[in-house]
Amino acid sequence: MRSNKMHDRMRTVADGAATGLAVLATILVVAPLIAVFVYLIYKGASSLNVDFFTKIPKPVGESGGGMANSIVGSAVLLSIASVLGIPLGIGGGIYLAEFGRGTRLANAIRFTADVLNGVPSIVMGIAAYSLVVVPMKHFSAFAGGVALAIMMVPTVTRTTEEMLLMVPNSIREAALGLGVPNWRSVLSITLKTASPGVITGCMLAFARVAGETAPLLFTALGNQFWSVNMNREIAALPLQIYIYALSPYDDQHRLAWAGALVLIVLIVLAVSLVRYVASRGILKGAS
Amino acid sequence: MGVGIEVTNLNAWYGANHTLQDINLPIPANHATALIGPSGCGKSTFVRCLNRMHETNPIARVTGSVRIGEIDIYANASPVEIRRRVGMVFQRPNPFPTMSIYDNVCSGLKLNGYSNRKQLDEIVERSLRHAALWDEVKDDLKKKSGASLSGGQQQRMCIARALAVDPEVLLMDEPASALDPVSTSKIEDLIFQLKSQYTIVIVTHNMQQAARVAEKTGFFLNGRMVEFDSTHKIFTNPSDKRTEDYITGRFG
Repeated sequence: MRSNKMHDRMRTVADGAATGLAVLATILVVAPLIAVFVYLIYKGASSLNVDFFTKIPKPVGESGGGMANSIVGSAVLLSIASVLGIPLGIGGGIYLAEFGRGTRLANAIRFTADVLNGVPSIVMGIAAYSLVVVPMKHFSAFAGGVALAIMMVPTVTRTTEEMLLMVPNSIREAALGLGVPNWRSVLSITLKTASPGVITGCMLAFARVAGETAPLLFTALGNQFWSVNMNREIAALPLQIYIYALSPYDDQHRLAWAGALVLIVLIVLAVSLVRYVASRGILKGAS
Repeated sequence: MGVGIEVTNLNAWYGANHTLQDINLPIPANHATALIGPSGCGKSTFVRCLNRMHETNPIARVTGSVRIGEIDIYANASPVEIRRRVGMVFQRPNPFPTMSIYDNVCSGLKLNGYSNRKQLDEIVERSLRHAALWDEVKDDLKKKSGASLSGGQQQRMCIARALAVDPEVLLMDEPASALDPVSTSKIEDLIFQLKSQYTIVIVTHNMQQAARVAEKTGFFLNGRMVEFDSTHKIFTNPSDKRTEDYITGRFG
């Protein structure tokens, strides 16, 4: 073959240019994230102290106080949402991928899930208001949890479906060929094989609703006092941030920044913890 | 112990495609029977009809009767029950990727609710020894994923997995076609040893392989069984012109 120095040089340059563009794109994607985080630390870190994590908000006009009730409230709301939304979502995904493939019902469910995914979160709040708050005749943590759960379901369902469809058919056949009943094969083999992706989907849905304010406005309502009662109004970090950010007091603005910082850190911690726990069961060499 | 298989008037379809037409075939117990024929001739469909895997495809359909031992598998028998008695090894090794070697081998038992640890240990060791894999994996049974083994080892692990549920019949759908020559000869040795205890049906593209491992050979062409006889007769003095053309390499 004829050696062509010019041609080789061109290749090297093109390779360098492509790599450079990819790096640049990565930086552009990560930069806003880092900027937001740095700005939050800059604005919020100074207001973080023990009181922030242990005290409830002070009445307007008094300085100090914390968001302990909001942190706990968010945890309660997200627990309710996860307990309701994740099993329902995974069940829906299993139906779409394993049992209803190609049926009209499955197509209808898939379409509904996609539409639901695009519905503005405030509308979810209204739905939960009319479905839970109106019949119960009062605002409650439960209603807030339901609103967040409704938001989680479509994301969890669709990612579960996608992840199950990525499991090769040969794995299903291996299980069926051993005389394993279909339902057992779906739960113990297919779903387990797809579990890293399914868990990622659940975590995405979780992180998304963790920061939602709108669906909680007229469901959980917010609470200035301690409450972990499912049947009562409950505080939540995004709600408290919203209230403080709109207030005219500098002191409360600072608390809002601190709250936003804590919210993001808690989401990152929760997601990392789940990933860590989930990855511990995976063996060497498993794909 | 293996049991014989009696196939009568078996027809199978994929959608409108009539892939198997009037197959009649007696498969002897405790022997290896090879099925040869060009790609798309229906031999894979045929073995998939022997453990009712064919019908797991929603557009597939079967008529006729298959008698395995004393059971007519298409008359009031549960497919799940049949598949426990008729093990299957697939063309490509298909280990469960999330499971250790140990769990892969005993998966058929565990998933059916079997949990006696001591007995499982024994069965895993026996099955792996049977599949000539024990010495290679005994030190990392529970440490390594089944998917971390080489292709040939994975296939032998899949054979061990099939043997662990103690089937009477072992179906092998081109078990060595994705493997290198060394692994292939290991699998063939294995078939040779296993056929004293199991009835083996092996689909193969490789005619030398059929000649090496099987006592009986069936030749499939376009969804029909052209000829079924002793392997020696098929490869030296076939009675059908089409069989002769195929084994001498004139087509296929």
